[in-house]
Amino acid sequence: MKPFVPYRLRLLLILLACFLALPSLSAQSAKLTVFDSLSQLEARINQAGNATIVVNFWATWCKPCIEELPSFEELRSRYANQNVQVILVSLDFKSHIEKKLIPFLKLQKLQSEVILLADQDANSWIPRVFEAWDGAIPATLVVKGPKRVFNFGQFNAYSDLESFVRPFIADSSTTISTQHMLDFGTGK
Amino acid sequence: MKTLAFSVLAGFLFFAFSSAVTPNGYGVGDVAQDFSLKNVDGKMVSLSNYKDVKGYIVVFTCNHCPYAQLYEQRIIDLHRKYKDKGFPVIAINPNSPDIVPEDSFAEMQNRARQKRYPFAYLFDEKQTVFPQFGATRTPHVFVLDANLIVRYIGAIDDNPESPNSIKNRYVESAVESMLRGDNPTPDFTRAVGCTIKKKP
Repeated sequence: MKPFVPYRLRLLLILLACFLALPSLSAQSAKLTVFDSLSQLEARINQAGNATIVVNFWATWCKPCIEELPSFEELRSRYANQNVQVILVSLDFKSHIEKKLIPFLKLQKLQSEVILLADQDANSWIPRVFEAWDGAIPATLVVKGPKRVFNFGQFNAYSDLESFVRPFIADSSTTISTQHMLDFGTGK
Repeated sequence: MKTLAFSVLAGFLFFAFSSAVTPNGYGVGDVAQDFSLKNVDGKMVSLSNYKDVKGYIVVFTCNHCPYAQLYEQRIIDLHRKYKDKGFPVIAINPNSPDIVPEDSFAEMQNRARQKRYPFAYLFDEKQTVFPQFGATRTPHVFVLDANLIVRYIGAIDDNPESPNSIKNRYVESAVESMLRGDNPTPDFTRAVGCTIKKKP
């Protein structure tokens, strides 16, 4: 677009833009992005292509949410190589980013992607996530392509979260194992 | 082909069984059932105890939830503004103190005393009333008319964080509509809140 800007300067500008896009958060913990509209989150989910996206709605003030965060971290680390992406969508107030959210992220050393959703029109954006959801958190949305399932409330244990998400991850392997079974059945 | 059919079937079964449970309870137009719950003053309270009212502002709220705390003053203000117009606030704590100790009956009494609650603050100790209503979060408001018909369900207003930036005062406008003899619009809203803590 700007052919006369030297390559290195362009790189520098891109890097600078990336830094400006993020609130001041050190690289040691999670990446934090602020979205003012649900449309931005929808775009983030849509760009994931065929990945399994696990979107957890939480906030630093929500005790059951904080209790289940380690399960999402574990899911992320166990399934990162199986095209699973975990997005922790914080519903903290924007005015609490510096005071509460960032210190929390640093303390907990969260590795998953963190997005603060500051869409003010809750009555409109909540049903766009999932029609039957009324806004109570925690809540979790799993998306893969056109498919989505929603969990109201907290997962009691990591295993509950894993079994909720696994059908999405096993999608292709289920087909493969069925093929094996059929092959086995024909006596091949 | 068989594989494809199996995948489709598996996908269908998966969705059939995994579709999340939709909370039940009252919808707008349903008739609410009266209840009898213990107030912070130790007396049992029912909706039928209120004489000469035009309706009720039933608010599921609690001590511990930061959203409930943000709305605490606004709930007090609602009662002060509408009690004499025939719409008292009746607050109900639906949470199990086994899960949230701050929401015990003794803590409810402390909070009601400290903040001088001008309304009844009832304890849904057996956790039977909130499922009847279909309350899922705190705060969660149900505005009823004198015949206990549910006329509005949802949030108090559209800005929990800053009362000065509110654009829509949902409960106030619902009550004002009912005072004029109109139907509230909107009659259903959603908002972020704390899940109700149910004893397993």
